Amino acid sequence: MQGRNFADATRRSMLIAGFGLTLAVGALAPATAQQPSGPPIRIGGTLALTGPLAQTGAIHKIVGDLFVEQLNKKGGLLGRPVEWVLLDDQSKPDVTRTLYERLITVDKVDLIIGPYATASILSAMAVAQRYNKILVHSTFGIPKLATYERQFPGWPLGFEPEKGMPTAALDALNSTGKGPKSIAIVTSKFPSVQFVAAGAREVAKSRGLKEALYLEFEFGTRDFGPIAARVREADADFLFMGAIGLEGNQLLEALEKLNYKPRNHFYVYPTPGPMASSPLGDGALSNTAFENLPPLNASPSAAAFAKGFNEAAAKAGLPYTEPETQAGASWSAWEILTGAVAATKSLDDKVLTEWLKKNGADTIIGHISFNGPNNYGPDLMRIKQVQKGKWVIIWPKDIATPGYSPQAK
Amino acid sequence: MSATLLGQSILSGIFAGSLYALIGLGMSLSWRYLRVINLAHFAFVFFAAYLTYEFAGVRGVNPFVVALALVPLFFLLGVLQQVLILRFSINEFSSIIVTYGLAIVAEAVIQLIWSADFVRYENRAMHGNLALGTLLFPVADLVMAGIAIGLCFAVWAALHFTWLGKALRAGLDNPQIAASFGVPNQRLLLLVAGSAGALAAVGGFFVAVLYTLAPSQIFSWLGVVFAAVLLGGLGNPIGLVAASLLIGISEAITMAVTAPSWAPVVPFTILILLLVLWPERV
Repeated sequence: MQGRNFADATRRSMLIAGFGLTLAVGALAPATAQQPSGPPIRIGGTLALTGPLAQTGAIHKIVGDLFVEQLNKKGGLLGRPVEWVLLDDQSKPDVTRTLYERLITVDKVDLIIGPYATASILSAMAVAQRYNKILVHSTFGIPKLATYERQFPGWPLGFEPEKGMPTAALDALNSTGKGPKSIAIVTSKFPSVQFVAAGAREVAKSRGLKEALYLEFEFGTRDFGPIAARVREADADFLFMGAIGLEGNQLLEALEKLNYKPRNHFYVYPTPGPMASSPLGDGALSNTAFENLPPLNASPSAAAFAKGFNEAAAKAGLPYTEPETQAGASWSAWEILTGAVAATKSLDDKVLTEWLKKNGADTIIGHISFNGPNNYGPDLMRIKQVQKGKWVIIWPKDIATPGYSPQAK
Repeated sequence: MSATLLGQSILSGIFAGSLYALIGLGMSLSWRYLRVINLAHFAFVFFAAYLTYEFAGVRGVNPFVVALALVPLFFLLGVLQQVLILRFSINEFSSIIVTYGLAIVAEAVIQLIWSADFVRYENRAMHGNLALGTLLFPVADLVMAGIAIGLCFAVWAALHFTWLGKALRAGLDNPQIAASFGVPNQRLLLLVAGSAGALAAVGGFFVAVLYTLAPSQIFSWLGVVFAAVLLGGLGNPIGLVAASLLIGISEAITMAVTAPSWAPVVPFTILILLLVLWPERV
């Protein structure tokens, strides 16, 4: 995920994808006034509407509702209305497994779409595999585990995010001429971030950075005081945190109580709103698939998605209403599934699988291809940074938000 | 490991332990005197925290006014819950299921009103920290710890040195004889329930001041507070403070000297050791 060639390719792919997507949307809506008719195409799925992952589950629900609503307004799919059969998996992988069994065998849905979070997606994948169903999912964090041939990721983070993510973050910092010489790695034991932190350790070693600290803490830790004391004592140039959700904010707040602010800091999957809105988040780095920023929102469909999401999120009472990775990947998963149905005019899982493997999909994130190991194509993730109280894309340079560049201390 | 790191970690443990004591105090009193294992107490704490966020954070009401208003409101909620428990004759063990159900309902209501997303009360009134040598004392944590430990001592003193406390203990030992001496058992039980609710309000206020909130985090402190309440002895505020600080400091030192992922094992290891070595204590 470095170098001008990649950046050019990324920009080109964005423009092509945006153009292609506009055509695809047009193809989906040959006669926008025409009402869909006939029995609905039923797409079944679950989401973490309650439980510890409900914060993010709410984002995916908003996206799904919005997508299906817009799809039906534009004529539905194959001339038929689309119905999303949504069940609450309570953030529990075991419940997810049972509910996908029910969706396929009892509710007899035509298609399924993935739930939220790696563990639940893995559960759904096992059920999909048993019934040979195609499964398009949005935010699966450990690509090496996605071995089912009919699964397709809507989140193009590459086959080895544990290498790609820290490499891109260090490239961004090095581009400022103030590249870090030492690193402190602190990670939650949540599986999809822990392996990225372990990868960061290898990347840092290969680049000759001094490892000042490596710590693992339990997911759900509330008291970050002692961890903050150790981070302060290590005083590394770069804090790389395997954080999911609010853990990054919690560590920053504990560090603030010790009058310490990390010089450069990266968080794997932070909750975007609290990090951007907190004064402590200034300079924080993370990765992203989509932001409501140029050039990612340049295509009419991406702009319409961002506007629709803003409005729906505000209506749902979410404190942070900007679409980002979760919303973008969720939307992209819907685009992949329905785009394949529209292109093949089929609901057959085998037909859809073959078409997607051959053609990939145009999405708001870019053109996603499935030609790599476990159907993971090129890494389309970008590095973002909190600057002036908002997230902006800063790497690769050629896809950076106009007027912004990486900041390092 | 430097002395500063160790000292700062112990301080952090004292603050964490103080919060366990603050949250656990109402629960300990309910369990001992009402025979209610009140899991809804954690929901009360979070409901109070969200009300603090709403009024002090969103609507700009003075946080101390909010705290003062929450105390009587949650006193009434505590009384109401106890009235319902008495009305339906819910026993000690059934109370676990019933109050767990209430907590789940409260979680759903909180999610409905404030969404499932994280919210943060950016408190400026207790911002910053005080320095003593190389050690730093965050003001909000310091105030919370002072109030938590002060409340535990105040409740202990009330139980031991006032007529109300003596009457309550007498009623627990033998309600009939206590009643014959003019002890109004039912009213005292409602007073305990209301006090537990009011303590939940104080705990919730500080949870809002110190932490970012999400409805799914209602039971974040369940395990560790349970351990502290049992270790401290039911209805024993001084024991609760000692147990909470022991757990908090042990966790913090574990995090400072070994992998922090070992910290959650600490309270339960202490609890198991106590059950094995001193079973009559629990």
